[in-house]
Amino acid sequence: MTLHTLSVLVENKPGVLARASALFSRRGFNIHSLAVGPTEYEGISRITIVVNCDSHPLEQVTKQLNKLVNVIKIVEMEPQSSVRRELLLVKVKADAETRSHVLETVQLFRAKVVDVASEAVTVEATGNPEKLDALVRVLEPFGIKELVKSGVVALSRGSRSITDRSLRVLDRSA
Amino acid sequence: MTERMTGAQSLIRSLEHVGVDVVFGIPGGAILPAYDPLLDSTQVRHVLMRHEQGAGHAAQGYAYATGRPGVCVATSGPGATNLVTPIADAYMDSVPLVAITGQVATPLIGTDGFQEADICGITMPITKHNFLVKEAAEIPARIAEAFHIASTGRPGPVLVDIAKDALQAATSFSWPQALDLPGYRPVTRPHAKQVREAARLICERRRPVLYVGGGVLKAGASQELRVLAELTGLPVVTTLMARGTFPDSHPQHLGMPGMHGTVAAVGALQKSDLIIALGARFDDRVTGQLSTFAPDAAIVHADIDPAEISKNRHADVPIVGDCREVIADLVVAVQAEHAAGNRGDYAAWWSTLGRLRDTYPLGYDEPDDGSLSPQHVIKRIGEIAGPDARYVAGVGQHQMWAAQFISYENPGTFMNSGGAGTMGFAVPAALGAKTALPGTTVWAIDGDGCFQMTNQELATCAIEGIPIKVAVINNGSLGMVRQWQTLFYEGRYSNTDLHTVPRPAGRNVRIPDFAKLAEAYGCVGMRCERPEDVTTTIEKAMAIDDQPVVIDFVVHADAMVWPMVAAGTSNDQIQYARDMAPVWDDEE
Repeated sequence: MTLHTLSVLVENKPGVLARASALFSRRGFNIHSLAVGPTEYEGISRITIVVNCDSHPLEQVTKQLNKLVNVIKIVEMEPQSSVRRELLLVKVKADAETRSHVLETVQLFRAKVVDVASEAVTVEATGNPEKLDALVRVLEPFGIKELVKSGVVALSRGSRSITDRSLRVLDRSA
Repeated sequence: MTERMTGAQSLIRSLEHVGVDVVFGIPGGAILPAYDPLLDSTQVRHVLMRHEQGAGHAAQGYAYATGRPGVCVATSGPGATNLVTPIADAYMDSVPLVAITGQVATPLIGTDGFQEADICGITMPITKHNFLVKEAAEIPARIAEAFHIASTGRPGPVLVDIAKDALQAATSFSWPQALDLPGYRPVTRPHAKQVREAARLICERRRPVLYVGGGVLKAGASQELRVLAELTGLPVVTTLMARGTFPDSHPQHLGMPGMHGTVAAVGALQKSDLIIALGARFDDRVTGQLSTFAPDAAIVHADIDPAEISKNRHADVPIVGDCREVIADLVVAVQAEHAAGNRGDYAAWWSTLGRLRDTYPLGYDEPDDGSLSPQHVIKRIGEIAGPDARYVAGVGQHQMWAAQFISYENPGTFMNSGGAGTMGFAVPAALGAKTALPGTTVWAIDGDGCFQMTNQELATCAIEGIPIKVAVINNGSLGMVRQWQTLFYEGRYSNTDLHTVPRPAGRNVRIPDFAKLAEAYGCVGMRCERPEDVTTTIEKAMAIDDQPVVIDFVVHADAMVWPMVAAGTSNDQIQYARDMAPVWDDEE
């Protein structure tokens, strides 16, 4: 099983996120991460879903997802041909003795400290999931008090856009 | 063109606009505003049901009979949740259905208000789509979209949940000029290259079979199917959902495949080298154990729903499209192959299939104790009512016998709950079909278990003047479950005796007495217990056309449905009678 990243363009209608995510669980898929937000077009949102599965079941769930009336388009983001990024906030134990070590690590990963307290610092980092995993591994020995990830968002590389072509379809149907 | 009115009036006006002539429903608090303008509609007839489940199945029966979406109406909360079973049924069998439910007023939504249920959330996985309408102005557009979605592409149920205050609010009615459904674009035109490849395989392979499913019926493609079958000379099998799509009397028809299919139909799929699946979905009841299903067959799979293709069995030639267009294009492509001198030679294949058909015909044993054979009763109903009548089955043994022993010659003459297997389907669905086709004889073939789940709709039939005929194939038990207990649980009959037939050796009661029950509901009730009375009883029922009729056919309790492929086993293990396996090998 491998991780697959799907970009799903949807109409911004009530319940659309529930429809999409419920479909995954109903068909027996575990969602690894999910991020949703508006796009450059009003009324159109983009859901980025990372699922852990083989390619045949992925094709099946993609077809099922395509049947949802509010889903406009689905594109799988291949790792080689897309930029994938995730935001991490992590609260690391850091007292006077260890703080400088923590800060050094943060710098190595081009992350930044966004909050400092006497016993901890909060670190913000963006990157692909592999980089963030590496950062977390290095910070772990200091003691991680709390951690949150945004879920992966992704765009394809190059000049083409998945919204352009889909939205042309929208114009036609209007 | 706008006109001031309430949301409720705009709902009824919208239903009139899409051509609705009958709705089946029950009023209640949240939907009450809609019932007031309904009283004034000269176009929309409301049939007052006795249970919302009945309203849903009646709408399904109407849809089967007309090909247009059936409409059911219920109030919020329990009214809406009672529609869940027929909605699930319509989803499984791709029946165009529009369910309209009242919802509590918008300020109450989410507060656990009286009779509140999140019916959109509840029906999300069993509807093609659903809408929650909170603004009166939205009602016409949502109704237009609901009917469009329900009836196009792969048909299915759509639920429109309307808040009570939206029904009460003043609005101006305006019918939408265009539908706003950017994500809904069903593909109906098949890909020409795939169709040519399918035609090439048809003419090249030696053992092809046309595996015809309910999609052919939904596409209205029976004529095209017949042309294709006769052009190619291929054997045809019709699934439970497709019975009647190809005439049973046709020499190329091998019958129904699957768990209770004919040996010839199961054998044709199993031994084929090419399956041309048309609007069928390789359901487990057809394939048996999937890994051993039709091991030598290449698969051409045509369906309007791309998600069905390669879902269960990999398709070598996938064709997404409406079956009517697919089959019409296939005919042209096969003609081109023939013109190029490529004509299939199926002589050896037909000799194998002919032997299977002749050696293992459908049959049954007459009980030796002088009691009624259920198969005989159903067969006689089919013979007497003829191929133009509609037959609506419940779920269980009687359903399988109705699929096996009635000869279907015309599309749409057999209706049943296939995918969901919903007991209680027959009476309300027959009611809905009869409402749509008042001049046609409609028989519900029901079981004593099924009948007790929805028979309150007999009251609806009697009062609304919907004279259906109901044959209760009464073996006094949940027959199909009992059959499995006989075969797989050493005859330990746990909770399958319904006591609807007196047993001198056991509890000698008849609860309820179906004939008396029918009379109590204002129907004609009859009972038939002896073989010599079967024909005259059916004829007596056929002669009554101004009242619903219920016949309690008291039948032999031990009759079983054969052939049978036991659940989870391979189609190769089919038995045509208990412990009797057919001999497959042929003289090839």
